[in-house]
Amino acid sequence: MADEAPFQLLHSEVIQYIYKSAEGETESGRNVTKLENIGFRVGQGLIERMTKDTARFKDELDIMKFICKDFWTCVFKKQIDNLRTNHQGIYVLQDNKFGLLSHLSVGKQYLEHAPKYLAFTCGLVRGALSNLGVKSIVTSEVSVMPSCKFQVMIQKA
Amino acid sequence: MCFWQNYPLYIRSVPTQNELKFHYTVHTSLDVVEEKISAVGKALGDQRELYLGLLYPTEDYKVYGYVTNSKVKFVIVVDSSNTSLRDNEIRSMFRKLHNSFTDVMCNPFHNPGDTIQSKAFDGIVSGMMVQTA
Repeated sequence: MADEAPFQLLHSEVIQYIYKSAEGETESGRNVTKLENIGFRVGQGLIERMTKDTARFKDELDIMKFICKDFWTCVFKKQIDNLRTNHQGIYVLQDNKFGLLSHLSVGKQYLEHAPKYLAFTCGLVRGALSNLGVKSIVTSEVSVMPSCKFQVMIQKA
Repeated sequence: MCFWQNYPLYIRSVPTQNELKFHYTVHTSLDVVEEKISAVGKALGDQRELYLGLLYPTEDYKVYGYVTNSKVKFVIVVDSSNTSLRDNEIRSMFRKLHNSFTDVMCNPFHNPGDTIQSKAFDGIVSGMMVQTA
C-alpha cells in the first residue's frame, strides 16, 4: 500500500474541502454522510483487491477477524488492538493508537472534531463488509485520543 | 459470464448464435454453484478454494464455475469437442477474469451492481475467447 503520510494528508484535505464547500448550508450532518459514503465506495474496491488470493471465509467471525488483521494492516499498517463481540451480531473494534487521529492530539483536546476524522473509516469498514455479503451499520466513538472504538452492528435480513 | 448477487453483470459468447441457450445454461448452473458454496461449510478439512471446478457436463458442453470472496460468481461454458483445454488452463482463465474484475471494481467511474462497461475487461475476455475458439 502507499505510504501513510500522503494518505493522512489527503484525508485531512478531503475533510477540509467538504466542510468548506458546505459553508453557508445549515445541514452539517450531511458532511459526515458524504465522507462515510466516500469511505464506503473505497472499502468496496479495496476489499475486492485484498480478497483476491485469500481462501473463502467460513463465517462472520472469520470475516471480522480478517478485517481486524489483514484489512487494518493494509490500510493503517497495524492490527486492531481489541475485538469484542456479544455473538449476536455486535462487534466492537478498538484501536489504541488510531493513525488518522494521532496527529490531532493526545488526550482530550479537539475531541469535538474527532467524529469528522472517523467518518471515512466507518464507511471503509461498512463498504468492505457489504462486499463480503454482510450488511452492517458502523459507528465510532472516541473518549481519549488517539484511541477509538468502532462498533459494527450486523443487520440480519 | 459474471454474476453479482445472482444478477448478471456481463455476458459474452462466441459464436453469437445459440446465445439464448447459453443464457439458459448459465442460469441453471447458478443453482449448482449455490449448492457447492453451501456444501463447503459442512465438509471439514475442505480446501476452501475459490475455484469450483467442473459444475456439470452435458452432451454438448462443459460448465466451469468460480466464486470470489465478495460473492461474485464467474461461469465459463466450453464446447465438449474442445478437449485440449486442461484444468490448469481453465484455472488461469478464471484468475485473469478475477484480476480484470478487480480492476473494474476499483475504477471510480464504475458503480457496483451496474453492468460492466469497461473496454479493458472486454479486451481481456475477447483475448481469452479467441484463444479457445
